[in-house]
Amino acid sequence: MNQTMNLGSLITGSLNDTLAVSLPLFRTELCLAATIVLVLLCRMLPLLRRLDAGLVALGGVCFALWFAWNDMRGIPVGGLQDGSAGGAAIVRQELFGGLLVFDSLTAYIRLLLMGFLAVYIPFTKASGIPDHEDGADFYTLVLGATLGMCLMASANHLLMVFMAVEMASVPSYALAGLLKGRKASSEAALKYAVYGAGAAGIMLYGISLLAGLLGTCHLPSMAAELSRVVDAGSASGNVMVLALGGLMVAVGLAFKLSAVPFHFWCPDVFEGAAAEIGGFLSVASKAAAVALLLRICFGLGVPTTGHGAVAAIGANLAELGSTRHFIVAVVGLMAAVTCTLGNLAAYGQTNMKRLLAYSTIAHAGYLMMAVAAAVAMVGIDPAGSRDAVSAVAFYLGTYLFMNLGAFAIVALLRNRLRSEEIDSYAGLVRSSPGIVIATGVVLVSLIGLPPLAGFVAKFLVFSSLVQAITAGAERPLMLVLLVVGGFNTVISLFYYLRVLKVMTFDPPPADRPGGEFSLVSLPGAIVTALVVPVVVLGIFWSGLYACAQLAGAFAS
Amino acid sequence: MSPTDTLTQPALWPLTAIVFLPALVAAFLSLPIVPKAREEFIRWTTLLTTAVVFVLSLWMAVPALFGPTGPAQFRLGDPSMQAVVKLPWIESFGIEYLLGVDGISLPLVVLTTFLSMLAAAASWPISKHVKAYSVLFLLLVTGMLGVFVSLDFFLFYVFWEVMLLPMYFLIGIWGGPRREYAAIKFFLYTLLGSVLMLLAILMLYFTSDLRLLSDEQLVASHVVSPSLDGAARTTALEAVRSAGRPLHTFNILALAQIGQLPNSPFAAAQVWGMSLETWAFLLLLIGFVIKVPVVPVHTWLPDAHVEAPTPISMILAGVLLKLGGYGILRICYPICPGAGLSLAWLVCGLGVVSMVYGAFAALAQKDFKRMVAYSSVSHMGYVMLGLGVWSAVAGQEYRWDAWAQGVNGAMFQMLAHGISSAGMFFMVGVLYDRVHHRNLEEFGGIFGKMPVYSGLAIAVFFAGLGLPGLCGFIGEVLVTLSSWNYSRVLAAISAFTVILTAAYILWAIQRVYLGAEYKGPHGDHLTPITPRELAIATPLVFFAILFGVAPQILFNYVTPTVNRQVETLADWTRRVHDAPAAPAVAAVQQDMAGQTAR
Repeated sequence: MNQTMNLGSLITGSLNDTLAVSLPLFRTELCLAATIVLVLLCRMLPLLRRLDAGLVALGGVCFALWFAWNDMRGIPVGGLQDGSAGGAAIVRQELFGGLLVFDSLTAYIRLLLMGFLAVYIPFTKASGIPDHEDGADFYTLVLGATLGMCLMASANHLLMVFMAVEMASVPSYALAGLLKGRKASSEAALKYAVYGAGAAGIMLYGISLLAGLLGTCHLPSMAAELSRVVDAGSASGNVMVLALGGLMVAVGLAFKLSAVPFHFWCPDVFEGAAAEIGGFLSVASKAAAVALLLRICFGLGVPTTGHGAVAAIGANLAELGSTRHFIVAVVGLMAAVTCTLGNLAAYGQTNMKRLLAYSTIAHAGYLMMAVAAAVAMVGIDPAGSRDAVSAVAFYLGTYLFMNLGAFAIVALLRNRLRSEEIDSYAGLVRSSPGIVIATGVVLVSLIGLPPLAGFVAKFLVFSSLVQAITAGAERPLMLVLLVVGGFNTVISLFYYLRVLKVMTFDPPPADRPGGEFSLVSLPGAIVTALVVPVVVLGIFWSGLYACAQLAGAFAS
Repeated sequence: MSPTDTLTQPALWPLTAIVFLPALVAAFLSLPIVPKAREEFIRWTTLLTTAVVFVLSLWMAVPALFGPTGPAQFRLGDPSMQAVVKLPWIESFGIEYLLGVDGISLPLVVLTTFLSMLAAAASWPISKHVKAYSVLFLLLVTGMLGVFVSLDFFLFYVFWEVMLLPMYFLIGIWGGPRREYAAIKFFLYTLLGSVLMLLAILMLYFTSDLRLLSDEQLVASHVVSPSLDGAARTTALEAVRSAGRPLHTFNILALAQIGQLPNSPFAAAQVWGMSLETWAFLLLLIGFVIKVPVVPVHTWLPDAHVEAPTPISMILAGVLLKLGGYGILRICYPICPGAGLSLAWLVCGLGVVSMVYGAFAALAQKDFKRMVAYSSVSHMGYVMLGLGVWSAVAGQEYRWDAWAQGVNGAMFQMLAHGISSAGMFFMVGVLYDRVHHRNLEEFGGIFGKMPVYSGLAIAVFFAGLGLPGLCGFIGEVLVTLSSWNYSRVLAAISAFTVILTAAYILWAIQRVYLGAEYKGPHGDHLTPITPRELAIATPLVFFAILFGVAPQILFNYVTPTVNRQVETLADWTRRVHDAPAAPAVAAVQQDMAGQTAR
C-alpha cells in the first residue's frame, strides 16, 4: 500500500500492532489455548496423570471467563440509550492486521461462550460423560472447538471465517463420535463429517469467487469494493457471480446454523451423539454461528473503516442498499422456512434428543428473523437495527440456559432411566416432581410463554420485526416473517407440551429402573442452576438486556 | 420520583398482595418441606389464602365495612383510575409495574377473589395430588387477578399467559375422561389468540409516541405520576418533551389517549391496505373473543367445561370468560375507537349469533354440564352485544345514554353471569359427586331426595334464566333495550332468545329436579347437601337475589367509569369521525349532548 514504507518500518509496525494492540485483546483465546496445552500435558506426564482433566479445563476456563468479563466491562456504555449520539463511544479495533476484529459483539459472544463452558464442564462431570479415561480427549476437543467459535465471532476476513468454521467443526465431528462403542454415534460422526466437509468445500468455493471478483477477503474492504462494483451497473455478469458467491458462503453458514435446507445432519447427529454433545452443539455452536452470520451480513452490507479500507461511510451506506436487500431476502426466506420446517418436523418425533434437534432448528429460524430485521433497518432506523442485534444477543443469552438445561435434563434422565425416548418419561412426576418441574420450565420457556426467559427473547425478536415494519424497511418480507413467527409459536406448543403431558398425565410404567431423581444432589444442583436463571431472566431481564444492548452497539 | 418514594405509594402493598399472595403461597406449598400427605393442611392453606385475598379486595372495594383506613381504598363515584401503583420495571422499553383499579376492574377483581374462595372450598372432594392441585390453583388465581389490575400492556400480557399453563394442567390431570383433548384444545385456542394479541401490542407500541400527548393527558394516564407536584412534575414532563426520538409506551391509559387523538398515529399508519388501528382492533378482538367465547371460536369451551373438575369449571365460567369482555372494554375500544366504530356490526353480529346459537345448542344437550356450558356461550353473547352497541349508534342519532346503557348492561351481565354460571356449575358438580353421571335423561325426582339442595339449585338456575328479581335479568334487559337504537332486528332477536333460555333451563329443571323419583344409577348415594356445600351455595344464591333486587349496589361502582368512558368516546366520534363531513351539525349536537350530560 504505502510504497515509501521500507521493510524495517513495516516489521516494526506489524510487531507493534501485534504486541501492543492485538495480543492484549486476544488474551481470552490465548488462555484457552494454554489450557488445551495444559490438559494435553496432564495426559502425557506421569506425575500429572492422576489430575482430573475436567478440573484443569475448568480452571483455565475460569481465567478465560475473567478476561472475557473484563473485556466486556471495558466497553463504554455511554451514548447508546437515546441513539442521538450515534454511538460515538463504540469500540472497534481490528486485530492482527485486519484478520480479526474486537468490538462489543466479540466481547459479548466471547463472554457467553466462556460462561457456557464454565457451566458446561461441571455438567459433564456430573453426568459422567466423558469418563476419566476420555476426559483429556473430550475437554481438549471442547476447548478447541470453543476456541474456533471465539474466532468465528470475531472474524473480519473471509479466510479467517473459513479457518474459524473449520476449527470449530473438526473437533465437533470427533465429539459426535465420542461414544466409541455405539454404532449410532459413529454413524452420526461420519454423517456430520461428510456433510460438514461438503458444506465447507462449497463455502470455500464461494469465498474464492468473492475474493476473485473483489480482490480482497477483508470484509470492510470487500464492502467498499462491493459498493463500487454493484452500483456501477456495468458488470451485470459480475453481479450474478457475486450473488452466487454470496449464496455459497451462505451454504456454509446455514450448515453451522442448521438452517433448512442444510439441516439434515442435525437430528441424526443429535440422536446419535451423547446428549452432552447435543447441548454443546446446540448452544455454543449456535451462538458462534449466529455471531458469524451477523459478522458477514454487517461486514458486507455496512461499510466500516478498517485496515486498508478507509471508506466514505455516508455515501457507501446508500450504495450498498442492493447488497443488503439481497442479504435480507436470503436470510429472511431461509429463516421462515427453517422455523416452519423445524417445528413441523419436531411434531412427529419420539426421541427426546431428536425432538430437541428440531427445536434447535426452529430456534435458529427465530434468530435469523431478527438478523434479517437488523440488516433491513440499517440506514433506515439505526437505533432499530441496534435493537434487533440486541434481541439476537439476548436470545442467545437466554438460549444458553434453556437449551443447555433441556439437554442436561435429557442426559441426567438417561443416566437414571437408560432411555431417551419420550415414552420412557411417562408418569415421572409421581416419583420425581422436581425434575418434571424443571423440564416444564425449560420447555415452556422454549415455547415462549411468560414469565420465562424464552418469552422475553421471542418478544424482542418480534418487536424487532415490528420495528422494521413501522420503519418501512423491507416491509412485505418482515410482515411475512412476523406472521410466520407467530404461527410457529402456536404450532410449537404441541410437541413441547406433549413431553410434559407424557411426564405428568400418563401412568408410569411398571418396570421403571432407578429410583427417585431428587433436585438435592449434584446433578440436581446443575439442573437447578440452569433452570433458575430461566425464571429470573424472564422477570428481571434489564441486566442481561443492558449487556445485549452493548453487543447491539456494534451495528452502528 | 426517587426510589424511596416509589415504595411508599399507598396502594403498592394492598394491590401487590392481592395479586401475588396466592403465588407466594403456591411457592411455599411447592417446597419439599410441605409433605404431600398432609392434604388437609394444604387444603386449608389454600382456602385461607383465597379468603385473605377476598377480604383484602373487600377492604379496597367497600371501605364502609372496615372504616376508612387508607388512601388505597376505593372512592365511590370517582370514575378515574384509583389506587395506582407505578414502579419502573424494564426501563429500556418503558415497561412499568403499573397497577390500578377503577369502576370496571374493581367489581371484577372482587368477583374473582370471591369465586376463588368458593372454588377453593369446592375443591375438597379432589383427592388426587392435592399439593400439585393447590399450587396450580393458586397460580391461576394470581394470573386472573393480575390481568384485571394491570395497566401496562406488557404486564397484562404476562398475566394473561400465566393463566394458561395452570389451567392446562388443572383440566388435563384432574379432568374427566377426555381431559387431555380438552386441555390441549383450550391451550391451543387461547395461545393462538394471545399470539395475535402480542402482535397487536407490538404494533401499537412501536407506533405510539408519548410526545403527542398534552401535559394534562400525560398526568391523567399516569405516565407522569399525579402525585408529583411543582418542580418534580415539570422535570418529568420536560423529560418527555425533550426526548430525541419517539417515546413508545405500553401504558394502556396513554395508548387510549393516543388512540383518541385527532391525529392518532394508529389511524394514520397503513398495513396491507388497512389502517393499523383496524388491524390492531381485529387482532385484539380475536384474542379476546376466543376467551369470551363467541361462535365460531367457542368450541373449546364445552369440552373444557365438561372435562374440568367442578371448581375449575366455576373459575372458567365465572372469571375466565369475563377476561375477554374486560379486554374488549378496557383495551379494544378506547385504543382503537375508529376501528371500533366501523366494525360495530361485527361485534354486535358476533354477539347475537352466539346468543342464539348457544341457546339452541344448550337445548340440544343431553349432558347437564354441557348444557350449562352452552348457556354460557349464549349469555356472553349479551355481553358482546352490549359492548358493541356502544359504538354502533354513531351516524344516526347521538344518544350517549343509550350506549352507556348497553355497556353498563354488559358489565352487569358479566358480573351476574359470574355468579349464576359459577353457581350452576357448582350445582351440577354436587349432583355429579353423588351419582357420577350427568345425563339429563337419567335424572328426575332429585327434589324429593335433596330438597334444600334442589331449592338452592332452582334459584341459581332461575338467575341464569334471567327471571326478574334475580341478577340475570338486569343485564339482559339493559342490553336488549339499548340495542333497539342500533338495530331493531338485533334487539328483537335478543329478546326472543330469552324465550329459548327459559326453554332450556326450565326443561332441565323439569328433567332433573322434578318428576316422581330418581331411577338413574347410584340412587342410594343421593344424600342431602353437606354443610360445606351449603356454605358455598348459599352465598351464591344470596348474591344472585341481592343483585337482582338491588342492582344499584353494582351500578354505583360501574356506572361512573363506564359513563365517562362512553362520553369520551362519544365526543371522539363527534370530533374526529363526523367533524370533517358536517362540522356545523356536529357542533350543535355536541352542544346538545353537553347539555344533556349536565
